[in-house]
Amino acid sequence: MPSLRLLNVTKRFGKITAINNLSLEIKDGEYVCVLGPTGSGKTTLLRLIAGTLKSDEGAIYIGDRLVNDVQPQERNTTYVPQQYALFPHLSVIENVAFGPTARGLSRKEAYEVSEQMLEMTRLARRAKSFPNELSGGMQQRLALARGLASGADLLLMDEPLGALDARLRVELRYKLRSLVKERGLTAIHVTHDQEEAMIVADRIIVLRNGQVQQEAAPFTVYNRPINIFVAHFVGGANFLEGFVAEADQQGSWIQLRNGLALRTRETGFSLGERIVLMIREEMTQTLRKGKRKEEVNLLSATISSVSFLGSFIVYEISLENGDVVNSKVPTSLSKENISVGEKVYVRLEPEHVKTYPYPTAGLYKELEVI
Amino acid sequence: MVNVTKRYGEILAAENINLQVENKEYMCIIGPSGCGKTTLIKCVAGIIEPTEGEIYTDNKLMNNVPIQDREIGYVFQEIALFPHMNVYENVSYGPTVKGWTSAKTRSLIEEMLNMMALRDRVKDYPHVLSGGAKQKTAIARALSSGSLLLLFDEPLGSLDAKVRTVLRHELRRMVKELELTAIHVTHDQEEAMAIADRIVVMRAGRIIEIGTPLELYLHPKHLFTANFVGESNFMTGQIVAATSGGATVKINGEFLHSAKKVNFKEQKVVVAIRPEFIVMTHPERTTRTWEGRIENKVFIGSTVRYEVRTENGELIAVKRPFASDALKWNVGNRVSLAFPPDSILLYPYPEEGLQKAISIE
Repeated sequence: MPSLRLLNVTKRFGKITAINNLSLEIKDGEYVCVLGPTGSGKTTLLRLIAGTLKSDEGAIYIGDRLVNDVQPQERNTTYVPQQYALFPHLSVIENVAFGPTARGLSRKEAYEVSEQMLEMTRLARRAKSFPNELSGGMQQRLALARGLASGADLLLMDEPLGALDARLRVELRYKLRSLVKERGLTAIHVTHDQEEAMIVADRIIVLRNGQVQQEAAPFTVYNRPINIFVAHFVGGANFLEGFVAEADQQGSWIQLRNGLALRTRETGFSLGERIVLMIREEMTQTLRKGKRKEEVNLLSATISSVSFLGSFIVYEISLENGDVVNSKVPTSLSKENISVGEKVYVRLEPEHVKTYPYPTAGLYKELEVI
Repeated sequence: MVNVTKRYGEILAAENINLQVENKEYMCIIGPSGCGKTTLIKCVAGIIEPTEGEIYTDNKLMNNVPIQDREIGYVFQEIALFPHMNVYENVSYGPTVKGWTSAKTRSLIEEMLNMMALRDRVKDYPHVLSGGAKQKTAIARALSSGSLLLLFDEPLGSLDAKVRTVLRHELRRMVKELELTAIHVTHDQEEAMAIADRIVVMRAGRIIEIGTPLELYLHPKHLFTANFVGESNFMTGQIVAATSGGATVKINGEFLHSAKKVNFKEQKVVVAIRPEFIVMTHPERTTRTWEGRIENKVFIGSTVRYEVRTENGELIAVKRPFASDALKWNVGNRVSLAFPPDSILLYPYPEEGLQKAISIE
């Protein structure tokens, strides 16, 4: 069965190193998402595994078999590319049945599998249409149905839900995962959408500049991001610059600009060390101004903007030292309106205040995803 | 737009549309693929002529006015940059042909380039730009064009999810600062909520409803909106008691109370409630809660989504903010669900059936 192993794989295009000395292992039956911004090497990685690109260095194993020189069609993988190459002269159902038929299934069996796949991708009603009669989103679902029906155990999908409307994407991602799991497939799914990755994946591999930043379960990637880039790319976070002013066994005091100090439970710094504090937007609490007793990390602040996002409201809040943080509050908990210009408290629980070394290229550069 | 209809042969792309966009308003149009939202915006732009009806800007009839005379800036799904001009020349094209050379115009162009993070790309030509960079150039060009009415058709569609959430705030900020009027078509309801003053919900060529983001989310008038804008649980039941203070509904043997006044005659109803408004606690059998068992748990970053199978057989989605209590529940746990009466919405059971009424295809 298809486990997958990459050892020190490098792929260059001229002067650009798209994949840089990358190693990873994927277990049989695992659903892995490769997550990263445009240009991080996600598609290149998938194509190296599919065999439509050849690596410059390193080894790729599917199961125990070294596949560097094995042709794509001999690798027993299904590759669903972003530009879905559908057969234009075949109908929808014929497109899907092509793989199972080629694999030796009878016409009846092949059509049974195909109908099932069209049902799940909600194309059953269009079985007799031709690809050029379908919308972009439908063509993408067709490519997905064809991939799932092909019978290969290792499924490689490049933005399989990318061309769909946001609302439909949300519905299909649950279905996609359960289908892969029901059939016991091993799946590698490339996406730039962190929410999609968290919902479908057993494990997320975060890629940047052709290198793995972190590989872990969704919960870990979100709650213990290994660096500033991962914290920023996976979920909303506030970053504040400061230096270590005091440290004891229970935690540290971090001096921010203009005289503000924050407490964190993290320790092990040298005094004066320059660091970056990170706190998730939903851990950044907004409290109405009123009588409150002195408390650690309770800061006076002013609301500078309010965005309603449906199940959440995001407050942009200016702290007294000039730093700005976002606070994400569930709509159900914020029945009373807080408006722009209102004075509030921001509370940051010390155990939720994480720290990272100050990046050599500067914080701004590290946060640049555009 | 007054009674605007657009037909393509037998297909009715837009049917009897009446829509008023106010001066300096940011209006979003949302709806599933093929609902007619792009047709509508192209009618305003003058790229297609409506089959029937009139389009006015500032009380001037626009039907048959050529595109170039409509004083409209636009960014469409199919990006059309001038291929022989670099990024700077593309962005400064509008002001240049109008002969605006003031320092104020130049600083506006500079600001657009900075906002779209195109500073390092000003000398590049479109063919070397990524899809995202082309899209950003097109947005910067529209904002600098000097037009007071801007039309956006999926302007952020080709960008990464993370970039999209950063740019949508910038886009709204610039439109508001420059005091422009914008009509923005998107399939992404969260984008619409973050950016719009008001949202138009469309389906199959018709306007379903229009409202502020808050109205559409908290008090959707139609079942379709309740499903398309954010997630909702839907259950079918019978009204057993109705007063001015609300109604009690029987659903598979259990009861729910809604604080909403019933303003229709039908007894068979659809109950809608958002997953994040449901309160989940340890089992505590009272008449006000439903008992159930967690069948599924998915971690989605700042929230956790559960599916609870209740004793009366419903499968109910519940979302809890991660920050509060998400870690204490697991698949298999028995729980109680409480449904706050003021967040329970009631709709008459639709003639075409529930699934058809909320279908997004």
